[in-house]
Amino acid sequence: MIILAFLVQTLRIATPYLLAASGGVLSERAGIIALTLEGWMLTSAFCAALGSFYAQSAWVGLLCGVAGGVAAAALHALASIRYRANQVVVGIAINLLAIGVTRFFLRLAFDSSSNSPRVAGFDWYVPTGDSASEPIGLLASLVNPLVILGLVSLPAVAWMLANTPFGLRVRAVGEKPEAAESLGVGPARIRWAAVLLGGALTSLGGVYLALDQPQFTDNMTAGRGFIALAAVIFGNWRPTRVAIACVLFAAAETLQIQLQGLQLIPSQFVEMIPYVLTIVALAGVVGRAVPPAALGKPTGG
Amino acid sequence: MTSRVDAGRFATTWLAPIIALLIAAIVGDVLILTFGQSPGAVYRLLLEGTWGNAYGFGQVLYKATTLTFTGLSVALGLRAGLFNIGAEGQLAAGGFAAAIAGLLLPAGTPVLLAAPFCMLAAFAGGGVVGAVPGALKARFGASEVIVTIMLNFIVLAFLNWIVATKLHVGESLHTPPINAGTLPRLSDVAHSFHGSAANATIILAIATAVAVGWFLFRTRAGYDLRATGLQPDAAEYGGISVPREHFRALTLAGALAGLGGVNYVLGYKQYYEEGFAAGSGFLGIAVALVGRNHPAGVPLAALLFATISQGGLAVNAIVPKQMVEVLTAVVIIAVAVTVPEVQRLVGAARRRVAA
Repeated sequence: MIILAFLVQTLRIATPYLLAASGGVLSERAGIIALTLEGWMLTSAFCAALGSFYAQSAWVGLLCGVAGGVAAAALHALASIRYRANQVVVGIAINLLAIGVTRFFLRLAFDSSSNSPRVAGFDWYVPTGDSASEPIGLLASLVNPLVILGLVSLPAVAWMLANTPFGLRVRAVGEKPEAAESLGVGPARIRWAAVLLGGALTSLGGVYLALDQPQFTDNMTAGRGFIALAAVIFGNWRPTRVAIACVLFAAAETLQIQLQGLQLIPSQFVEMIPYVLTIVALAGVVGRAVPPAALGKPTGG
Repeated sequence: MTSRVDAGRFATTWLAPIIALLIAAIVGDVLILTFGQSPGAVYRLLLEGTWGNAYGFGQVLYKATTLTFTGLSVALGLRAGLFNIGAEGQLAAGGFAAAIAGLLLPAGTPVLLAAPFCMLAAFAGGGVVGAVPGALKARFGASEVIVTIMLNFIVLAFLNWIVATKLHVGESLHTPPINAGTLPRLSDVAHSFHGSAANATIILAIATAVAVGWFLFRTRAGYDLRATGLQPDAAEYGGISVPREHFRALTLAGALAGLGGVNYVLGYKQYYEEGFAAGSGFLGIAVALVGRNHPAGVPLAALLFATISQGGLAVNAIVPKQMVEVLTAVVIIAVAVTVPEVQRLVGAARRRVAA
C-alpha cells in the first residue's frame, strides 16, 4: 500500500518532467539549446488556465495551453534560427519574458498577483473520503490524459528519432548541419519543426501542472523546466535514459515528501540531487555526457 | 575610408541597443494600451519616479550598483568566450561570505579595517563558486552554461539550508546583523536621499569597473584572456594555455559577482537575507549585452536596467509593475537579434562599397 502510494506519487511528479524532457530532447537533438523549457511550460500553464476558465472545459484549456507554449517556442525559433541570435541569451530572455507576461496578464485577466480562480480540470474520477487512500483511488488519480501522454512521450520521441525520416534529419542537423544540407533538406526548416514540436510536447507538461491544481499560480513551474533539462543532460540526450532520469528525480522528490516527518535528510539537499548529478555527468565521472555536436550553433540555410 | 569603418563600428556598437530600446518601447505601448492607460502618462510617471526625485534616483543608483557587479562578471566571462549564467549564486555566496566576515569581527572594529575585510570575503566567496565551473571547464570541457545554471540552484539551496537551520534570527530568513563594516549611506551625506538604499558601494562599483578595464586592456593576463575569447586556437598556438584562461576567467567572474554582495550586506541591510540576489544574475546578462561587454558600457547599461526596474514600482499604481519585467526581456531578445543582424547589414554594405 505504501509502495503503491509511492509509485503513484512518483509518476504524478514525473509527468511534467517526462513531457518537458521529451520536448527538450527533440529540440537539443536538432541543435537548439533547450534553456527555455521553463518558459514554454510557464506560458502553456497560464494559457491552459485561461482557456479552461473561459470555456469551462479542460480540453479547451489543453488546446490553449499548447497554442501558448508553441507560440513561445516559435519566438525562440524565430530569434535563434531565422535571426541566428545567441541561443543562450534568447533562452534566458524568453524565460524572463514568460514570467513577466504571465504576471502581467494574471493582473489583467484576474486582477490578482498570485493566482487565477479555480478552473475546469480533468477530474474524471475524484476519489473522496476513505477511497482516496485505497488502491483503487490511488490508481484512479493516474487516469488523466496527460499522465498517459507523459508515459508515452519519451518512448515516442525515441522511436521517431530512430525510425522515421524526420528523426534522421533531426539527428543530422543536430550533429552535422552541412551533411543534412547534402540530403536535400534545409537545416533551418528541420530545426523549426523540431522546436515547434518540442514546444508542443513541453507545453503538455505546463498544461498538466495548471489543470492538476486546477488553477494557475504565479511562477508555478518553479524550476521544473530546469530539472527536465538536467534530466536531458544526465540521460546523455538519449530518450530512454532521459526517461529513467526523470523518474529517478521524481522518486527522490517523492521520498523526501513522504519522509518529511522523519527529517532524515534536509529537503534542500534532496532539491540539489538533479543538479549535482547533472554536473557530475558533465564532468564525466560516470560515462561522459556528450552533447549533439552542432548544439547551439546557427545553421546556414 | 577610415570614416566609413568608424560608421560601421558606430552602427554595431550603438545602433543595435537603440533599435532594441525602440522595439521595447513599442511593446510597452501595446501593454499599456491593453490596460487602458495612456503610454505618454505612464512613461512620464516612470521617469518622474526614477530620475525625477532624490529618493527614486537613490534607488536607481542602489540597483545599478549591484547590476554593475553582475554585469562586469558576465562581461568578463564573455571576453574569454564563456557564458557565466551563475552570477546569481555567486552574488548570494559573496553576500553570505561578507555577512559571516562581519559577524566574526569584534564589535567596534574600525570601518577602514572591517569593510575591506568583508569585501575580501565577498570577493573570495563569489570566486569559490566561480571556480567550480572554471575547473570543470578547464579539466573536462564541461559546458559552463549548464554547470553555472545548475550551480545556482545548488548554492541557493545550500545557503537556504544554512540560514534556515543554523543562522537565522527568530522567524526571519536572515542572519544576525554584522558587528562591524557598515558602509555609509548616500543619505548620510546628502539628506534628500533619505530612505533610499544608495551607499558607498557605488564608489567600489566604479573603481571595480575601472580595474576590470585596466586588467582587460592594459595587462598581459587581460590580453591572454581576450585572445582566448577571440580565437582560442590561435591563442593556444601563441603559447596561451586555454584551459588555464578558462579557469581564471570564470573564477574572476565569480569573484566580481560576489563582490556585489557588499552593496546589500554592508551598504543596506547589514545582514545576509534569503533571496536578496534574486534576478540580479539574469539582469547581469542583459547589462553585459547592452553594455557591449565593455567596462565603460556596463555601468551605463546597469543604470538603464535599474531605471526600468525601479520604474516598475513608480508606475504600479496605474499599470502592473510586471510590465517592466516584460520590457527587460524584450530588450534582451531585441539586442540578441539586432546585433548579428546589424553586423550582417554593415558587412553587406561594406562589401557593396568595396565592389
